[in-house]
Amino acid sequence: MSLGVLRTRLRNGLEVRLKEIHTAPLISAWVWYRVGSRNERPGTTGISHLVEHMQFKGTPHFPAGVLDKAISRDGGYWNAMTWLDWTAYFETMPAGSIDLALRLEADRMVHSLFETDEFESERTVVIAERQGNENEPTFRLAEEVQATAFRVHPYHHEVIGHMADLETMTRDDLYRHYRAHYVPGNAVLAVAGDFQTRAMLATIRELFGHLPTSGRVREPVTPAEPEQRGEKRVVVEGPGETPYLDIAYHVPAARSDDFFPLSVLDSALAGASSLNLFGGGISNKTSRLYKALVEREVAASVGGGLAATIDPYLYSIQATVRPDRTPEQALQAFDDEVARLLDHPVSAGEVAKAIKQARALFAYGSESITNQAFWLGYSEIFADYAWFETYLERIAQVTPGDVHAAAQKYLVPANRIVGIYRPTGEQPHA
Amino acid sequence: MPDRRRPLPKLDIRSLPGPATIERRVLANGLVILARENFSSPSVIVSGSLTAGALDETKAQGGLADLTASALMRGSTSRTFEQIYETIESLGASLSFGAGTHSTSFRGKSLAEDLPMVLGLASEVLRAPAFPKKQVERLRAEKLTGLTIRDQDTGSVAQLTFDELLYGDHPYSLPSDGFRETVSRLTDGSVRGFHRRAYGPRGTLLAVVGAVRARQALDAVEAALGDWRNPEQQMQSEMPSVAGLAGIVRRDRALPGKSQSDLVIGGIGPSRYDPDYLTAALANSILGRFGLMGRLGDVVRESAGLAYSVASSLSGGPGPGPWQVVAGVSPANVDRALDLIRKEIRRFVQRGVTPQELNDNQANFIGRLPLQMESNEGVAGALISMERFQLGLDFYQRYPDLVASITREHILATSRRFLEPDVMAIAVAGPGAAEG
Repeated sequence: MSLGVLRTRLRNGLEVRLKEIHTAPLISAWVWYRVGSRNERPGTTGISHLVEHMQFKGTPHFPAGVLDKAISRDGGYWNAMTWLDWTAYFETMPAGSIDLALRLEADRMVHSLFETDEFESERTVVIAERQGNENEPTFRLAEEVQATAFRVHPYHHEVIGHMADLETMTRDDLYRHYRAHYVPGNAVLAVAGDFQTRAMLATIRELFGHLPTSGRVREPVTPAEPEQRGEKRVVVEGPGETPYLDIAYHVPAARSDDFFPLSVLDSALAGASSLNLFGGGISNKTSRLYKALVEREVAASVGGGLAATIDPYLYSIQATVRPDRTPEQALQAFDDEVARLLDHPVSAGEVAKAIKQARALFAYGSESITNQAFWLGYSEIFADYAWFETYLERIAQVTPGDVHAAAQKYLVPANRIVGIYRPTGEQPHA
Repeated sequence: MPDRRRPLPKLDIRSLPGPATIERRVLANGLVILARENFSSPSVIVSGSLTAGALDETKAQGGLADLTASALMRGSTSRTFEQIYETIESLGASLSFGAGTHSTSFRGKSLAEDLPMVLGLASEVLRAPAFPKKQVERLRAEKLTGLTIRDQDTGSVAQLTFDELLYGDHPYSLPSDGFRETVSRLTDGSVRGFHRRAYGPRGTLLAVVGAVRARQALDAVEAALGDWRNPEQQMQSEMPSVAGLAGIVRRDRALPGKSQSDLVIGGIGPSRYDPDYLTAALANSILGRFGLMGRLGDVVRESAGLAYSVASSLSGGPGPGPWQVVAGVSPANVDRALDLIRKEIRRFVQRGVTPQELNDNQANFIGRLPLQMESNEGVAGALISMERFQLGLDFYQRYPDLVASITREHILATSRRFLEPDVMAIAVAGPGAAEG
């Protein structure tokens, strides 16, 4: 397939993906680095995210504060994200201005300053970001569930890192991390939009081709998470009046064949989740868990989601429990529904619905050039672009039998972590 | 500072929505339809607004418009809740309704082939909702859970407190989702009554954008909603004028156990009808949006490292919404952040903006149009807002010139008109704050 997608590698190792789309006078450029919380070790958790912040603090050529103004001035939109497996930077610009974005990405791949006073100021910004997250009971619970799920693998900690590490990391720690991972051979440059491939590739060669290949350290092997032997439970207490339930099952990586029946299972159980970054989602009121938890008046809402990751991660389901019910009641209703699913496999109709939903979500995602460029790079991090291009076909091949087999294999208590948030506040409706 | 002023971007205005590419039709029942084609993806969006909002409820009924909007999809006279959602979800489509202070809005999205189904369903639930008692009660309980969460959320509590301080007895002081005390008293009967008197075709706007011929889209909407009549539909009552503050008022709310404090500071801004609205929007961009959150981002986040986010916003609807700054900061840094924000606002209204700032922000307002109009949502929002605020269908084609004509003097005068550093409401919600 790969209709109209150019895939190439520059001599210094930089992977390049280009896709022409001429529907709007826009271009979206993304640089993906193969580094995220997965590459972090105790003592410096959160370092990838902190490095991402420092990438906005200037180079000799583009001093701090100049970059964002330059992008905004041209009517562009830019941002950066750090996640388990990757750190990504993107700019979506009017087509005539994309050169600026490419120049700055090439520049900060190598020349970021990491000045000490800028770092100290950014440290407090990230600590404030973490405090903001901690204000949310669902963050506190998800962090504990994730830590309980992974004893050995670095998916153990949240991307933002532990507060103790945020307080003690040094500028030199960050700079070393930057030099080790921000090299052409560890990056994918994905550009989609209103350009001519030949000219775009020439520009990219000119701006990125001379960047040095050296400096990348050999990664220690990421340890595999040993098989979980028995259900784990974790309880978090904190402010508020609303209990939450967060149930996570270990599931395989996105490259696994099981990922596709699990996606259909997720649609039937918790409602179709969108893997798009832009484009919106659809409601889940006909999903099995909505009927079992919300219609039975145990929870106010329920949702679930799979993530496309390099290593095996989690399929998680969250419920906001009604204040007049307990998390244990919600868990019982959940378990009853899963038992019903194992007894009565999903129907052909449920599978057909999941396939149509996947098709619609893909169409919504394709409205945005930014979202198309996102997939061009993101898919390369955990698989390759063919994964994205064949996604709908592979979903369409899933049978009710495949879904049932996936449910039997993964939705078992020994494979899960049950997280409960118990509010310490009064419950006025009890 | 070197002068980096450059000519403003030139857009091909024919690529922007305008009279040549927008189809508009006014139906005999008063409903206004707009449509624009976009065949770049096989999807379509239906976006609309009705003149039914929290302004049409009493204080004791707080949350009624919101509950009514959410209850529309809970059953019609011909389909149950489950049948409605089975129809929509099995197509991978979505349809949802929500109410604000002035209006109820709705949004439907589907593959282009499923547009008639989405329109038919929207028409059915708008005109003939059943509001089954059990469904309304369940929904109310879900809303109450949502309000319980809201009342523990520092950002929401700071915003609620700010609105109370700034607007006093004016309806803008009230949240459109109501309070636990008011929502817990709402019934299927009150919802039915609200629907009968507030919903109708008069004042209703509907835009269709996507992979459907514009003329066909208008015909499809007319077929679905052309015979909608509601002789009982009432006019929305006139909004009282806003009294305004006399000086600085501040209130702190304590939410024990939280890690961060949220703050809101600001005053009353212009309505969307105000001739200075666009100038105020440009001023707001310079103050707290452009680049990494404008001047406020520079002083509060970049220089002092105090906050993860600090930004200013202008919410220009049919009435004078707030012009406000919000920030999330460590509890120990609340007063320092407030001090920096007030100093920056004072500097802003005393000295105005530089030629470079004006030029940069004008370029941004013009240059970002293609990105704003990229998605069907973006175009639908633009169509609704042109119609709703009577901007004219050529508004976005005139927009680059409108933006380019704004001067530093306009910005200074407009900022002084709305931003008074010594007349502001300040609300803080966080772990350490005491009940004020």
